[in-house]
Amino acid sequence: MKLDSAESKGAMEKENPKHWLELSNLERLRSRLTFQTGILAGFALIASFLLGITNLGTQDAIQQRLDEDLKKSLEEVMPAALHDNDLLKDTLTIPSREDNLGANETIVYIARKAGQVSAVCFKLAAPDGYSGAINMVMGVSREGEILGVRIISHAETPGLGDKIETAKSNWIMDFDGRSLLNLTDVQWAVKKDGGVFDQFSGATITPRAVVKAVHRGLQFFNRHRNELIDSK
Amino acid sequence: MFISDSYRKIMRDGIWDNNIVFSQYLALCPLLAVTVTATNGLGMGLATLAVLISTNGIVSLSRQLIPSEVRIPIFVLLIAAIVTVVDMVMNAWLHELHKVLGLFIPLIVTNCAILGRAESFASRQPVSPSLWDGLMMGLGFTMALVVLGAAREIASTGTLFANASLLLGDGFKFIELTLIPDYKGFLLMALPPGGFIMLAFIIAGKRLLDRKRAANKPQVDLLPEQAIPEEIA
Repeated sequence: MKLDSAESKGAMEKENPKHWLELSNLERLRSRLTFQTGILAGFALIASFLLGITNLGTQDAIQQRLDEDLKKSLEEVMPAALHDNDLLKDTLTIPSREDNLGANETIVYIARKAGQVSAVCFKLAAPDGYSGAINMVMGVSREGEILGVRIISHAETPGLGDKIETAKSNWIMDFDGRSLLNLTDVQWAVKKDGGVFDQFSGATITPRAVVKAVHRGLQFFNRHRNELIDSK
Repeated sequence: MFISDSYRKIMRDGIWDNNIVFSQYLALCPLLAVTVTATNGLGMGLATLAVLISTNGIVSLSRQLIPSEVRIPIFVLLIAAIVTVVDMVMNAWLHELHKVLGLFIPLIVTNCAILGRAESFASRQPVSPSLWDGLMMGLGFTMALVVLGAAREIASTGTLFANASLLLGDGFKFIELTLIPDYKGFLLMALPPGGFIMLAFIIAGKRLLDRKRAANKPQVDLLPEQAIPEEIA
């Protein structure tokens, strides 16, 4: 590597005392262990400073965007006519370690109409998708009927398992109106397993995981129903 | 427009002769993961382009300060920091775009081509050729991603640039094409093996083209393993 005109500066160095940042000085410094350590530490410091500043500057905006996203996905499963409160502010956190919903605690967003609880919605995950967890959100009415289920994120095979998305097919709409009362436990399964829900040709694992997770979600609601609909 | 010979060489290297994917065979991990559709390829390519220009610029600016013994950790640190900053800024102010690209941005850290350009070009060259090199290598990478993404998308689903309006805005709805109506789909091409197969075809095609061009003009230096240009000052 050739340093930009390092040689010509070297000649001038004898006459003028040089600042340490000068090229000829740097060339000497670069081989010193202390300088190398210092530079590495310096860059680490600059990088952490930069990340800290960016984080401070963006965290409020990011939180706001995430809230908007969450609100949008909650509205998908919660008809606007059913509530007049702010879903994001009216929540109840319920321990759900045993319910296998993908989290130790589930935040339930409560929809109220004139103060009375009309429905709830919450996020849940199917841990047994074909490739990793399938994250979804579901809304359940006061009576325990499903208002809607939507997929938030998944990593299922494109072209096969991704028919659980509303963008690809309306399979997921089949859950609307189902409850623990109008289907027996055995019927809460894909057709291949003796249930009522369609599977996709070539992909059984994905719909099976979703159906089982939605079933668990309903059971979770049922267990905590009194607590939820009498809240506040 | 006048571009000096050395800049023209950087341009040709980045886009064709020394293309990150088709000649250096670098960055195959993000490449194969992302190129299921042409739109995804384009998004990943543009994000990588932005990161590549910034890291090349910063590495070149601080090249006199960085001792060669600790250069690799410093480059990795810089790249990871810049990618994270880009990720946060996009999440905050370009949220819709971030929702489409969000998955790919952290992947850029693992793109060895960025470290490769920092090491083999930016750390030895002044700032403006380094920025130019970042731009051209980034464009070459974007081109590779779009070509591979388009080929896989057409073969697997018969569409081209599906969902491009999510990435580019509603004005680009017109580039979303269905090339083969009622196509049954060829799933293999959307899966990782299809990526390798398609990449192999494209690379073979490029080498055939290069050989043909070299045969027509034997005096032109078209060897893919062309050395990195000497100092351009």
